[in-house]
Amino acid sequence: MNDTSISVDQHDGDLARVDVAPVNAKEHRDLYKSRVKIFPKRVSGSFRRLKWWIMLVTLGIYYLAPWIRWDRGAFAPDQAILVDIANRRFYFFFIEIWPQEFVYLTGLLIMAGVALFLVTSTVGRAWCGYTCPQTVWVDLFLAVESWVDGDRNARMRLDKSDWTFDKIRKRGTKHFLWLLISVATGGAWIFYFADAPSLAYGFITGTAPTIAYTTVAILTATTYLFAGFMREQVCTYMCPWPRIQGAMIDEHSLIVTYQEWRGEPRSAHLKTKPENNPPAGDCIDCNQCVAVCPMGIDIRDGGQLECITCALCIDACDTVMEKIGRPKGLIAYSTTGAQEQAETGDYVATNWRAILHYRTLIYFAIWSLAGLAMLYGLLARDRLDVSVLHDRNPLFVILSDGSVRNGYTIKILNMLPEPRTFRLSLSGIVSATMYTAEDGSHPSRHVDVDVPPDQLRSLRVLVRADPAYLSGESTSFSFQVREWNEEISRGGDAEQASYEAQFLAAP
Amino acid sequence: MSEKEIDDISGVETTGHEWDGIKELNNPLPRWWINTFYITILWAIGYMILYPAWPLVSDYTRGYLGYSSRAELSQSMSEAQVGQAVYLDQIRDASLDEILASNELRQFAMAGGRSAFLVNCSTCHGSGAQGAPGYPNLNDDDWIWGGTLDDIYLTIRHGVRFTDDWDTRDSAMPAFGRDGILGRGEIVEIAAFVRSMAGLDIDPALAARGAEGFADNCAACHGESGEGLRDLGAPALADAIWFYSSDADAIAAQISNPKHGVMPAWGARLDDGIIKQLTVYIHSLGGGE
Repeated sequence: MNDTSISVDQHDGDLARVDVAPVNAKEHRDLYKSRVKIFPKRVSGSFRRLKWWIMLVTLGIYYLAPWIRWDRGAFAPDQAILVDIANRRFYFFFIEIWPQEFVYLTGLLIMAGVALFLVTSTVGRAWCGYTCPQTVWVDLFLAVESWVDGDRNARMRLDKSDWTFDKIRKRGTKHFLWLLISVATGGAWIFYFADAPSLAYGFITGTAPTIAYTTVAILTATTYLFAGFMREQVCTYMCPWPRIQGAMIDEHSLIVTYQEWRGEPRSAHLKTKPENNPPAGDCIDCNQCVAVCPMGIDIRDGGQLECITCALCIDACDTVMEKIGRPKGLIAYSTTGAQEQAETGDYVATNWRAILHYRTLIYFAIWSLAGLAMLYGLLARDRLDVSVLHDRNPLFVILSDGSVRNGYTIKILNMLPEPRTFRLSLSGIVSATMYTAEDGSHPSRHVDVDVPPDQLRSLRVLVRADPAYLSGESTSFSFQVREWNEEISRGGDAEQASYEAQFLAAP
Repeated sequence: MSEKEIDDISGVETTGHEWDGIKELNNPLPRWWINTFYITILWAIGYMILYPAWPLVSDYTRGYLGYSSRAELSQSMSEAQVGQAVYLDQIRDASLDEILASNELRQFAMAGGRSAFLVNCSTCHGSGAQGAPGYPNLNDDDWIWGGTLDDIYLTIRHGVRFTDDWDTRDSAMPAFGRDGILGRGEIVEIAAFVRSMAGLDIDPALAARGAEGFADNCAACHGESGEGLRDLGAPALADAIWFYSSDADAIAAQISNPKHGVMPAWGARLDDGIIKQLTVYIHSLGGGE
């Protein structure tokens, strides 16, 4: 079993040594084991600052994005980001997606996948360490925890202590704050799916749909459970990314690395200098890197499945190196390739060029191509679509004068949030005329159809043709749909679409 | 087992079961698992109290909540009927033209009419109302008894040659051959003339000989140029649509010993609102006048 008894910090000058063992130490590995509680120590430094900023930005986007307004005119919602499931529309600023355009989502997923490959092969598990919601929320929950309970030692003492009034008060405060954050997390999610201000009002007054309350309840529960209790277990046991990302990393990938060639052999004595005999490395075995780790591991054991590369151990180690007057970067972003080189004597500090190699450039090229293809598709896409369904029973009708009639269901999709009129016309069969099932009084070569904003209009059209102009059992022709209004009749641009159809007749 | 046996290697108690020297360790189930198991037992007991659970000899335990899926079905059925009643009442009160003019009522009538058509009419007229020899195609513009809304409504309500209904549409064509009104040769000539009226391929000399016979015997009902007479249900003969067949022998057989189609009167079987919906549906198939 792991010893998680209260650490007795040995003070050596102003430097604290921590008695802590990594949770995944080799000698403790077993097929089954209970979770070992981890009490990450506070740390400060450049990476910690970066992580606070990233937390601020990511949480800011998550909470505020649904409240951004975007004017789309009278016939569409004015919410910038809206997944309107009831009406099957997705709005993202100036982009509106219909269900049949969901190929864009596939494109985005491909881009996200390739981006993950790119990021992983360049800067390792940066996604895990900085931006993954699990990491961000655990970080937030830990901040609350150490604000209420104090730092590592105070938290460990509190954990071991009996249920005194003070402990009950602190636990109550902590869980209350956690639940508050959890409700806010679940609460923000629903605003992406409905008009945010009116849903917020409905939610508070108890008139929101049941699904809103259920969603908030479920997300509150998962946030509270994942970020408050399961924490690193989610990354280590539930998440598939560590395995996939582990396979993506190669000798050129920047990962959080303990520079073994510089640190070993470890010496607990501060005064020991490398030039002494026996020679000692820069690592003074203070265990600060283990104490600050939210995953509870020891980076000095090398790259591990559990490591999310949050880089907090870099901050912790740099602080110590500064105090003992050794160069920073005993734990640093480096590549395994650079480490191997260093062991043979010629260490080259890693710089940004490390990320430029064939693999990353190929990933970047694929990612850019996918992005450009999507952008082109988005800019060139039609906002008018037409589909035609031939009647199946009967396939054709012979009329008393011997002419043949076919029936079609025509669907015209007006994908702009404004009402438009389209002129549906026949092209191909001489003598053919058409009329709608609603109005059979004026057979003609074209019919004008009003389509409401952002909607589909389905109409049944009957086409009549003289058999003399038909070529046997099946004759090809096309339905043309063209936007039609006064401006266009004076020579303006018109959006148009056409659909190849078949006219059937007796053999 | 009176004494506990502890496995040396794992330090875990054994169950005492042994096969070929291999002993089974008694690792306890995880706490969360066993608790979940107990909760499911409690759940089952609660379920048995609240819901129908045990079969008895002639009945079953009804459960405290008195839930029944059959009752739920009949309730949702009656709810659906209440929802439809709003439109059905309006359709019963409205005239056929009013139904056609109102977008809401027309759509309801189209959906209801299609459904009623598939249940009641498709057996003879086909699921697409495309008809069959002896059963008219309702999509085309050739109507034996008329294709206006009122004509269609009357035909559906009172039927054709349906003897139980006094107002049924009725007519009979004489059996010119069977009753000896015309000779065999004359019938063949008239049949040829009928084909020629429709522009079909036939020996012109034979057809010409049938012209006089047609004028004397057939024109009274079918019209001098074969345009038909709807008041008597006499089909138009000069068009491209044939009720039975355009074959010369089939035409001769019909003149000699005619078949008469019968359609039941639906007024006694279907609600007036349903008949109006059927009328609107059939009228909209493409041939409505």
